[in-house]
Amino acid sequence: MLRDVNLHIEDGDFVAIMGENGAGKTTLVKTFNGLLKPTDGRVLIDDVETRKTSVAALARSVGLVFQNPDHQLFCETVRDEVAYSLRNFGYPSDVIERRVRGVLETLDLMPYVDSSPFMLSGGERKRVALASVLVWNPKHIVLDEPTIGQDYQQKDRLRNFIVQLNAQQKTVVVVTHDVEFIAECRPRVVLLSGGRIMADGKAEEILTDKALTERASLLRPQISLLFSSVAGLPRDVIDVFSAKAVINSAVRKRK
Amino acid sequence: MSMRIFEGFKFTKLQTPIHAMDPRAKFIMIMVVFVISLLFTNVLILTIILLAQLPLIWLGRSMRRWGGSMKGGFFLAGLIFLMNLVTGSTFTYSLAMTIRFLALLSSFSIFFMTTSPDDLGLALEQAHVPYSLCFTFTTAVRLVPTMAVDAQTVIDAQRSRGLELDKGNLLKRIRNYIPILIPLIVSAIRRSVELAEALESRAFGLSSRRQSLIVLRMRISDYLVTIVSLLLLSLAVWASLYAQLPLIEIPFQFPRLW
Repeated sequence: MLRDVNLHIEDGDFVAIMGENGAGKTTLVKTFNGLLKPTDGRVLIDDVETRKTSVAALARSVGLVFQNPDHQLFCETVRDEVAYSLRNFGYPSDVIERRVRGVLETLDLMPYVDSSPFMLSGGERKRVALASVLVWNPKHIVLDEPTIGQDYQQKDRLRNFIVQLNAQQKTVVVVTHDVEFIAECRPRVVLLSGGRIMADGKAEEILTDKALTERASLLRPQISLLFSSVAGLPRDVIDVFSAKAVINSAVRKRK
Repeated sequence: MSMRIFEGFKFTKLQTPIHAMDPRAKFIMIMVVFVISLLFTNVLILTIILLAQLPLIWLGRSMRRWGGSMKGGFFLAGLIFLMNLVTGSTFTYSLAMTIRFLALLSSFSIFFMTTSPDDLGLALEQAHVPYSLCFTFTTAVRLVPTMAVDAQTVIDAQRSRGLELDKGNLLKRIRNYIPILIPLIVSAIRRSVELAEALESRAFGLSSRRQSLIVLRMRISDYLVTIVSLLLLSLAVWASLYAQLPLIEIPFQFPRLW
């Protein structure tokens, strides 16, 4: 599926992996914690080759949150669900209790601590799945399609949260189709198509490239579409915040 | 753990004589293989039954996927062999049971690889089975590969949370499957509720007499297959009752443990 993939992600990087359906995005991130091993070539995580270690060992440093929370929720309460991985990793129970509480508070899930995860809404289930990975504080965090099924407010929170994680020197890798979400986060963008890396660079360079985005079946961010169609406006503006700044200064100049 | 065994039971649309066979004729053929395999415990006959399927698989251009399902079945086959041997069966008998299992697995694999669930449902409908039952059956068959993909995803998701399936004693290992089974069952239930709602919103069950655009017709070759199958079955029944079959005996028996 993946061919000629040469990708280097530094500690503390913030990377978005984008591309059409079936481009190999999920396949690529599954190699990050050893769920899939390359048939050819190698994957190194913190200088350890994934082939030479187990998924359970890699998972401690690479937290992978799957797209569909229903593929992992199985406990009777949110508390148990979030504590599950900590039990697998053998943490003592007082640490488990403290960590679970902490992560649930951060993700606004404290009111549901004793509810069944199956009774929660789609967006809440998704946050429980996220909490169940963040709880062991992995050094690198990989999120597969985190924005699906989230309303705008939740997306905004998620964005802030991801930025915060990244500010804490965590490596964050996000797999997504959501161009607008990425435009507002401005990470490094890796564009995947047909199992190959098509482009790798700054979000404002890649997401404004008409030919590239079309080849990856992505639509440029709306702001970029607007700015590129009006003469005299900068081309590298992709999000509302920088658009606001540009327009404000233009208006001021005119006065 | 891999879900590849299901690949060998998944229908792929191809233009081959086996795919083109009437599902009813094919079903009779496979059932004959099934019954004959159960009639005999003779290694030679069972090996012939297994090998006789190879041309069919080759004709159906499904060799590679069949190989996959066989590979998936090897673990169970090995288990059958060992269990037989350890519980006091002769080496030959254990071998025969293992080959019988492979022959059965292979025959079902051929059937499901080359028969579309739609054709199966159609065959049932034309046999005047109520449509709701036909539909349930085809849906069940159709969902097997989807469930297999789901199962693999669930396994991946839980392994990413530190689950180690093959760790611990036997009881622990069985318990390890709880985090896999529950999400699978829950998502299957969720899916079936969604399916039911989608069906109802498309007026499922409104008319009791359904018509079908495609009508299955047995061709001469299908009749031939059916007749040959039934003749083979009669021959096999006769042989199992009266004929003196050549016996191969491998003189080895596992020492009795109790």
